[in-house]
Amino acid sequence: MPAMAGKTLYDKIWDAHLVAEDAGEAILYIDLHLIHEVTTPQAFAGLRAEGRKVRRPDRTLAVADHNVPTEGQALGVGAVADEEARLQLQTLARNVADNGIEFFPMGDIRNGIVHVVGPEQGRTQPGMTIVCGDSHTSTHGAFGALAQGIGTSEVEHVLASQTLRQQKSRNMRVTVNGQLGAGVTAKDMALAIIGVIGTAGGTGHVIEFAGEAVRDLSMEGRMTLCNLTIEGGARAGLVAPDEKTFAYLLGKPSSPKGAAWDMAVSYWKTLFTDADAVFDREVVLDGPSIAPTVTWGTSPEDVVPITGNVPDPSTYDTPDKKAAVERALDYMGLTAGQPITDARIDRVFIGSCTNSRIEDLRAAAAVAQQAFLEGRLVADHVKAMVVPGSGLVREQAEEEGLDAIFKAVGFDWREPGCSMCLGMNPDRLAPGERCASTSNRNFEGRQGRGGRTHLMSPAMAAAAAIAGHIVDVRDFL
Amino acid sequence: MKPFTRLDGRAAPLGLANVDTDQIIPKQFLKTVDREGLAKGLFYDFRFDEQGQPKSGFVLNDPAYKGAQILIAGDNFGCGSSREHAPWALQDFGIQCVISTSFADIFRGNCLNNGLLTVELKPEEVQALMEEAKGGNHLFTVDLETQTVTAPSGAQFTFEIDKDRKHKLLKGLDAIGETLQHGVSIDVFEAKAALSRPWLERA
Ligand code: SF4
Repeated sequence: MPAMAGKTLYDKIWDAHLVAEDAGEAILYIDLHLIHEVTTPQAFAGLRAEGRKVRRPDRTLAVADHNVPTEGQALGVGAVADEEARLQLQTLARNVADNGIEFFPMGDIRNGIVHVVGPEQGRTQPGMTIVCGDSHTSTHGAFGALAQGIGTSEVEHVLASQTLRQQKSRNMRVTVNGQLGAGVTAKDMALAIIGVIGTAGGTGHVIEFAGEAVRDLSMEGRMTLCNLTIEGGARAGLVAPDEKTFAYLLGKPSSPKGAAWDMAVSYWKTLFTDADAVFDREVVLDGPSIAPTVTWGTSPEDVVPITGNVPDPSTYDTPDKKAAVERALDYMGLTAGQPITDARIDRVFIGSCTNSRIEDLRAAAAVAQQAFLEGRLVADHVKAMVVPGSGLVREQAEEEGLDAIFKAVGFDWREPGCSMCLGMNPDRLAPGERCASTSNRNFEGRQGRGGRTHLMSPAMAAAAAIAGHIVDVRDFL
Repeated sequence: MKPFTRLDGRAAPLGLANVDTDQIIPKQFLKTVDREGLAKGLFYDFRFDEQGQPKSGFVLNDPAYKGAQILIAGDNFGCGSSREHAPWALQDFGIQCVISTSFADIFRGNCLNNGLLTVELKPEEVQALMEEAKGGNHLFTVDLETQTVTAPSGAQFTFEIDKDRKHKLLKGLDAIGETLQHGVSIDVFEAKAALSRPWLERA
């Protein structure tokens, strides 16, 4: 290592937010704290019990997303049928009112999934430190912000002090060279990366994504990529900000305006990894060789290219691995070695903070429209739903007529929220149902007890809805 | 936070890798505004069948491990969602220490913030403990002061833990209270940031 190695982007953001060091931990200043109904009630209760106040309500933003039903939102919280969900939503409303925190309640057009709302409002900006009591906070790393999921004790800590106690992670870089092929998206890239590094591959690291294929991604694509960083075990993912980042942020409600904008941009331009910086770990992938990718098992690392087959347990040499694959195949109701495209699906879910932005909906609608022109609809045995990431995404999609396309082909067009990503609201899989899903976790029971989830891109999910089984979207192009 | 010093208790072996927090506590138990009472949801889909009847094969349903305070788990324990309900449920069930070869970062932090000790050992050491725990009815000892785990056979393994973390756990120190003692540094940081990055200040 050179005597004075340069800094990585992570190092720069870290150093700029260091308040103090105490007992071996850094006290890191937090620029933006996003909160929602599920991981905060105990934190506010803790504050009250200690007689503490929210230090920076102005740096805190609340949404209602995890629990909300995806229909009838205009009726308000009082109409939420699930009593426990209603109580959580009401508790959040009371806590934010008591503490003067900005809140987009259910039914507000600005409300939606927390990781869709932050960027859309321009609250997410390069160089910030951002936390939220949700592991997919890594999404905001797409803007070159250090964004991490935290637990409820930490939520309470941030509310009280606007800081987080933490030890620094190691630096890791994942470079994807070359260009992605037609029909291959950020989702496929992310799944391919997790397939290579494994779900614990990034543990203890912050991952910076680099390379031509990453730079080529739109902001939406970069959000999808960073969103899935946590499934590779890393708490945060980063993409250095560039002109695309600035163009996305220009004119957003909370973006800097006028002279402040120019000042912000000149600061944002300093946010990159120095050429002589050293990473603790480097992984390099070849972009052109990434195929549309789906998961076959119950962990996001269980990936297979769409042209591939489900693995055969007998080909693994360790008994543990063999048993794990057998268990996953059994849960998923798949036969060892079968082509993945033979898997017949029952449900399709297009949504979640991974893939519910306007570009995702456009990609899915393009496939749906193509099918419609060929006289094809959602397969008879398939129930398919589209859940936009926010009220504003929904509105935009309707202005573009995407909802009409979806409805014409047989998709259910819903109101925004986390929905079937985790099935805390009424949208969930029945036992044994197989779902082509654009979400982020294919864990056992994630989308409903006994439900079987295959993760894939929005275009792939739309194609599966039409075909009635998992299928290569490139056959539709 | 309750201090953690030394624990003498039964250990239950859970030999699965990549157990995620959705499995530790499924979503239907997250709709609570309290920290208490989450034991009923712990490993729900492992413990109960569709009719809500206990499944006989699952280790925590086996009377031999009744009252276990230590869980010996497979690799990458606690991956997935950041839900702190996972350590709360483990604690409410009586588990005070989890031993594995590795833990997901957010989960480990959540455990330690609640005084639930996570012990990382080498694969062969975890395997050895797993073997000894089989059959139950044994006493294991986890001593944070000496950073050791002692199995019934007398086999002893040493684990690493950050010295400041250890101090906090031993004393049961509240992280928020500690941080708020740095209030002046936070004030100074905010004042400087308002000058150097003024666009972040919302009128
Ligand atoms: S969409 Fe899913 S992953 Fe994203 S915030 Fe909601 S529950 Fe979490």
